[in-house]
Amino acid sequence: MSRKSVNLTIGELKSDIAHFRDVSISIGAVHQERWLEPMGPTPFPSLTTLRSWDHKLLGRYKPFYLPFCDLCCLCTYGKCDLTQSKRGACGITMAAQQSRMVLIAACIGAATHTGHARELLTYLTGKYGRDHPINVGDTGVEVEAPVTRLVCGIKPETLGDLEPALDYCENQLTQLLAVTHTGQEGNNLDFESKVFHAGMIDHVGMEVADIAQISAMGYPKADPESALADLGLGTVDKKKPVILVVGHNVSPSAGIIDYLRNKGNLSDVEVTGICCTALDMTRYSPRAKIVGPISWQLRYIRSGVPDVIVIDEQCVRADTLQEAAKVKAPLIATSEKNCLGLPDRTEDDVEAIVAGFVDGTVPGALILDPEKVGAVAVLTAMAMAPKRKKQGTEPSKEELVRLAKKCTQCMLCRRACPNDLPIAQALKAAAGGNLKLLDEIYDDCVGCGRCESACTQKLPVHSLICSAANSQTRNESYCIRTGRGSIQDTEIRKVGGPIVLGEIPGVVAFVGCANYPKGSREVAEMCMEFAKRRYIVCTSGCSAMSAGMYRDEEGKTAYERYSGAFEAGGIVNVGSCVSNAHISGAAIKIASIFAKRPLRGNYEEIADYVYNRVGAVGVAWGAMSQKAAAIAAGFWRLGIPVVVGPHGTKYRRMLLGRSDKKDDWYVHDARTGENVYGGPVPEHLFFAAETKEEAMVMVAKLTMRPNDTSKGRANKLANYVDLHKRLVGGIPHDVHLFVRTHADIPLTMRDEIKAHLDGHAWSEQPIPDPTLLPRMIHRKKEASDAAE
Amino acid sequence: MPLNESWQTAEIPGPKKASLIMKPDIADAMIRRAKRPIMIVGHGIVEYDVEGLKLIDCLIELATKAHIPVVVTASTNREFLSRGFSPAALMPAVDIGNRLTDPSWKGFDGKDSYDLAIFVGLPYYMEWTILSGLKHFAPLLKTMTLDCVYQPNASWSFPNSTIKDWVVSLKGIVDGLGD
Repeated sequence: MSRKSVNLTIGELKSDIAHFRDVSISIGAVHQERWLEPMGPTPFPSLTTLRSWDHKLLGRYKPFYLPFCDLCCLCTYGKCDLTQSKRGACGITMAAQQSRMVLIAACIGAATHTGHARELLTYLTGKYGRDHPINVGDTGVEVEAPVTRLVCGIKPETLGDLEPALDYCENQLTQLLAVTHTGQEGNNLDFESKVFHAGMIDHVGMEVADIAQISAMGYPKADPESALADLGLGTVDKKKPVILVVGHNVSPSAGIIDYLRNKGNLSDVEVTGICCTALDMTRYSPRAKIVGPISWQLRYIRSGVPDVIVIDEQCVRADTLQEAAKVKAPLIATSEKNCLGLPDRTEDDVEAIVAGFVDGTVPGALILDPEKVGAVAVLTAMAMAPKRKKQGTEPSKEELVRLAKKCTQCMLCRRACPNDLPIAQALKAAAGGNLKLLDEIYDDCVGCGRCESACTQKLPVHSLICSAANSQTRNESYCIRTGRGSIQDTEIRKVGGPIVLGEIPGVVAFVGCANYPKGSREVAEMCMEFAKRRYIVCTSGCSAMSAGMYRDEEGKTAYERYSGAFEAGGIVNVGSCVSNAHISGAAIKIASIFAKRPLRGNYEEIADYVYNRVGAVGVAWGAMSQKAAAIAAGFWRLGIPVVVGPHGTKYRRMLLGRSDKKDDWYVHDARTGENVYGGPVPEHLFFAAETKEEAMVMVAKLTMRPNDTSKGRANKLANYVDLHKRLVGGIPHDVHLFVRTHADIPLTMRDEIKAHLDGHAWSEQPIPDPTLLPRMIHRKKEASDAAE
Repeated sequence: MPLNESWQTAEIPGPKKASLIMKPDIADAMIRRAKRPIMIVGHGIVEYDVEGLKLIDCLIELATKAHIPVVVTASTNREFLSRGFSPAALMPAVDIGNRLTDPSWKGFDGKDSYDLAIFVGLPYYMEWTILSGLKHFAPLLKTMTLDCVYQPNASWSFPNSTIKDWVVSLKGIVDGLGD
């Protein structure tokens, strides 16, 4: 697709019919169509275009609401008590209010990714031109933007071609946010449908952001062997000046790396990062280092290692300026979305800004020019490093013991802790000189600092924990495969068949934030277990980092142990948060490339295919943010289930199937047109697991699809039953619900499963060619019906 | 420590809050009054071992004496099986919570809806949200928690208490049920 603006000005034109003077003609856009695929039924869908599809899913996966607040306080009628069957002053019910809050969260998340995409695209088109070609894979990638092609019906070829997709996202997000106003939508399921819409928009926004930066910034292009980058605080050379970048927008980090490259001193300064900016800057330069996920912000800043701190947007702690001041590290804010009250120095001279930082008169500045950020950050770090001498605020061991003695055991630290960690107990032990308990808490700590805010004695509790674990943190030294971006079409052709037939038991994507119930190690363990079982494992965002922060018995990280290819047993880091679009994109490509389903503006048919045939599951074990909510919603609309950790119940509702209600699980058999039982697969669409063990068993179960061949179902069942026996104990009580024919039973489990079936009045049932869309029933059947 | 404040300080409840179980007799009375009780036991319970008494044994005794079917969540099953106790069902916490909101669900034995759900051992915040779901969407169901911390969204909850006091209370409930 090519879209060009045309401006024509005529000074004077004489013709037989008229005489024109000073005529100006402006045409907003001319579309030059080069994509031959016919347009599908739903390009640029509005809020209700896909409502019927959403309601099919919501009919199976009815919301189980978990109100996080019993009141509504969004207008001046309120607060309104919505307890049980009470309605608010506007007439809203508790169910609708919960869905409304989920929609607000999804809108925030989708707006954040879309806003990020707009900022990146504006920056990149300004720097490289609107005609800069889209290239997300030098070889093997022809479907460059599967989500955008599917949703918008356009095929972007240049950076400028991405603009209509973003225009659409921004328009829809405005409409969606309007839905949440008092007196708009009143039905909970219609709110839920709009949540799905926001999720779909989110994936378009993410895809635009990532393919723009991949195309223009020299990132790995669908490379299964993208470089390994350093990961962990222990990899940082503290003898050098150190820059820390926190957030999600790579532009300022690129400015820093460019400045160092141009000056030829890239090896003289350590460029380190936290959160998705860190992932993206290692895609820009694998010499950059990732310190850790979002939860490492406080501990890294307080360690005193960074000499200057640069923040961009999203997931940045709101108290970063205060924390930076404590370790005398100047702070540079770089995003209009996150100014922190700092003076705008964008137009000032670099030398003047640096001088103010170095003499300590200026704690921070807002600089909205990535190139200038690069110069200021590097010069400041080089000047500050000898002065600061990496002085942090973590107490020495002796100081720790002295401070711990002040603890009154009021327990408010524990009661403030999201994970209910036994902090007071550990402080009591520390006061007696035993630091072991505090050291152990470090592993499970999410780094929020709420313990400190709660402490009546003003103890720096988080710093005490970090100090006790000091030797552990300083030795954090791992590696991560840099984000590869897209999945190649050629990879899809190889694995599409085995996935759809079930011979590869599933695709499991570990995505999202780091609000883990028991530390990041659980993510690494889950990734390695599923890779060992020959699932295709994808990672992104903070979860991609957590997956690498653990070494197996041979001392290898997940990324050293397993290949980076999209294949059975691969662990595929696609990149940052916005790279999640490549995971949904891979599912879409399976339908489009392997199954040859029309892609262009054909959302329902592709989603119906993915839902019934592609055994993909998302796991957001530490999901915390509104962005995570939007990402999950985008997967739900495609029919891909998402499992979250126990904190995920705070997202206010689950989408759960009822395996005991047989009527819920009927599908159309596309071959015969009959309505047939397809089994409770996948059983849930949004599920919060209590423990890692429960999550792993559920993931194995949720990869089952009605289309599985017997060989494939046997493979999936073998993993489900084996994980259940090992992690939960005994054969699953519901295994009879997933065995359709005797051929589905795994050979090695034949006797025990048969015994179970005998106790449950089980009988064989046909395997359908499943679809939820009546229009997908083959014409042959309709023709024979007509003949009759 | 305040008796009836949410254990996790910021988990402020709505206008309707749980009544306190100040004496084991109250819990006993509720259990006796219930026609169709059920107990949901989360993985946290296996962590408690107080002066040689494993609290899971206390719960098994309670369930056996009161004839309460037990649903175990997560990996709690193994601990019950190793004690020769077969739970009525093995089911994730959100799944059983969801079913309890359905007035047409007739329970694991297909006989009738449950009228009392007793929760224990789930992560605090997860139990908080599930109990909130039941408070609003299962109006015919009464809920009770046996954890040592106050759960405001239950119908009845223990107050915030020390582990020692908690054990005394649990033993008191079991003893109160007689043989």
